[in-house]
Amino acid sequence: MRSTARARPDEILFRVGTGVFAVLLISLVAAIAFELWRQSQLSIQQFGWNFWQTDTWDPVSGEFGARPFIWGTLYSSVLALLIATPVALGIAIFISELSPAWLQRPLVFFTELLAAIPSIVYGLWGIFVLVPIIRKLEVATPAALKSLPLFSGPPLGVGMLSAAVVLSIMVVPFTSSIAREVLRAVPQAQREGAYALGATRWEAIRMALFYARTGIVGAVMLGFGRALGETMAVTMVIGNTPQISLSLYAPQYTMAAVLANEFSEAADPLYLNALVEIGMVLFVITLVINVISRAFIWSLGRQTRPRQAKAAAAPAVEPA
Amino acid sequence: MRDHYRKALSQTVVLVCVGAVLLALLPLVLVLFYVLQQGVSSLNWDFFTKMPAPMGEPGGGMGNAIVGSFIVIGIGGIGAIPIGLIAGIYASEFKGTRLAGATRFAADTLNGVPSIVVGVFAYGIAVLPFHQFSAFAGGVALGIMMVPLVMRTTEELLLLVPHSLREGALALGATRARAVFTVVVPAALPGILTGILLALARVSGETAPLLFTAFNNRFFSTNPRQPISTLTVQVYTYAMSPSPDWHRQAWAGAFVLVTIVLACSLLARAATARLARMQRGA
Repeated sequence: MRSTARARPDEILFRVGTGVFAVLLISLVAAIAFELWRQSQLSIQQFGWNFWQTDTWDPVSGEFGARPFIWGTLYSSVLALLIATPVALGIAIFISELSPAWLQRPLVFFTELLAAIPSIVYGLWGIFVLVPIIRKLEVATPAALKSLPLFSGPPLGVGMLSAAVVLSIMVVPFTSSIAREVLRAVPQAQREGAYALGATRWEAIRMALFYARTGIVGAVMLGFGRALGETMAVTMVIGNTPQISLSLYAPQYTMAAVLANEFSEAADPLYLNALVEIGMVLFVITLVINVISRAFIWSLGRQTRPRQAKAAAAPAVEPA
Repeated sequence: MRDHYRKALSQTVVLVCVGAVLLALLPLVLVLFYVLQQGVSSLNWDFFTKMPAPMGEPGGGMGNAIVGSFIVIGIGGIGAIPIGLIAGIYASEFKGTRLAGATRFAADTLNGVPSIVVGVFAYGIAVLPFHQFSAFAGGVALGIMMVPLVMRTTEELLLLVPHSLREGALALGATRARAVFTVVVPAALPGILTGILLALARVSGETAPLLFTAFNNRFFSTNPRQPISTLTVQVYTYAMSPSPDWHRQAWAGAFVLVTIVLACSLLARAATARLARMQRGA
C-alpha cells in the first residue's frame, strides 16, 4: 500500500532507514561472491580450467586437481535424489491427496522434525549405525553382482552408498514439504472435474501432478541443491578418498567434504586458494540451481490464486 | 475389465504412497531411538559442568563447549537479528518496490547457500585479516545464516497483520514509521519472536561453518577473539576419534542438540498456533 500523500521528511527517513538494511542484505550476497572470487585468484591463475580436469590432489607437492570432488558431489547427490524423490513425492501425495484430515498435521510435523535434526546428528548415526549395516550388506553381495563396476571393491561400509543413503534421508523432508505446498496450490476444481468425469483416485492424482509439474520439478531441484551443499553427514560416511569411481562401495570425496576436512590446515596460500575455488564453484552451482527451481515454483504459483502462490513460493521448512 | 485394471492401479498407488510415508518415518524413528538410547545412558551431570578429559581418561564433559555454543550463537544473533528484522520491515512495508523484490530474492538465495560456503566467506573476512580463529568469526558465519531466516519470517508475519490496525493508527494521525513501530510490529511480535527462535534453533545445529572460524578449544574460554569450543564441533571431533569414551560423549552431545532443536520447534509451533487463533479472532 503506497501512500498517496506528499512525502514528508520523516516518511523519507523511514524509507531510507529501513531500505539501508535491505540493501545490506543484498550486498551480503554480492560480498560472498566477490570474496570467494578474490580469494581464489592464485589458484585460478595458476591452474585455469585444468583445475577441473585433473585428478591429482596432492597438497604436499602443490598439485591441485578438483575433478574427483566434482564427481563425488554430483554422483552422491544424483544417487540421493534417485532414492529420495519417489519417497518424497509419495509422502507429498499422501498428505495432500489421500490422508484423512486428522493425520495430516502429525505427518507434516514428522517430516518437519526430520528436517530439523542437525546434519551432525545424522552423521553420528551414519557412522555408528548405518555404516555397519551397509558393510554387512556389502559383504553379503552375491559374486555375480561383484563383477559389475557398480558393486566392485572391498566392503568397507564407508563410501558412496552410505553417503547417498544419509543424503537421501536428509533430502526427503525438504522435497516433500515443497511438493506438498505445490500440490496444495492445485485448484480443487481440477480434482473435482477429474472425479466428475469418472476418474479413479490415481487418475485424479496424476492430473494434479501434471497440473503442478513445473512446481514438482522445482521441488526436486531444490532438494538437489540441498544435497550438493550438504557437508557434515556426508563427510563422516563417504570415506574421504579423492577418486573417480562408479562403484557404490568405493570411498570417495565431495567438494563440501574436502572443505570441511582440509580448510583449517591449509597454511600455504595456493592450497587455500584452491580450496576457496572449490567453495566458489559450489556457491555458483547451488545458486544457479536455486534460482532455476524457484523460477519453476514461481511460474506455477502465477497460474493459481495469489494466496496459494505465496505458500508455494516460500517453503516452510529448510533443514539445518 | 478395463475398469478393474484402473481400480487396481489406483489401489496400488495408494499403497505405494503409504509405503513411502512409512519408509520416511523409519529413519526418523531409528535416529531418534539411537540418540535417545545412546545419549541418555551417556548423559550425566559432569557432561554439563566438566571440561573435556584427555583421550583415554574416562570422565570429563562438554561444559566449555556448551558455553561456547551460546557465545557464538549470541554473537551471531546480535548482528543478524536487527538486520533481518529491519530488512523484513522494509520488504513488507514497501512490498511492491523493486528493492523489496530484490531483497526477498537475495534472502532466498542466501538461504540456499551451503553452510560450508558461508564458513569459507566468514574465514575470508573474519579470520584471515586477524590471523586468528575466533569466536567472533564463528558468530559472523552463523549470523550470515540467520539473516535471511529472520528477514523472511518478519516479512511474512507483518503482511499477516490486518490492514484495519494500520489504518486505524494512520487515521489517528500517526506517521507511517510510528504506525509500523508502535502498532504493526507489536501485533506481529509473537510470530516474529518465534521466527527468531527457529533461526536460533537452526544455526545451533550447524557444524560446518564453525570448523574453520570458531575452530575448537580444549580449554574454557569466553574471549571472542580466541578460538572457542562449540557443542557441534566437539561432537564431530569426538565422533571421528577412536576413543569409545569420546563416542559416548558424542552421543550425549547429539542428544542435547536434538533436545534443543525439538524444544525450539515445539515452542515455535505453540506460539504460531496462538497467533493464528488471535488472527482469526481479530
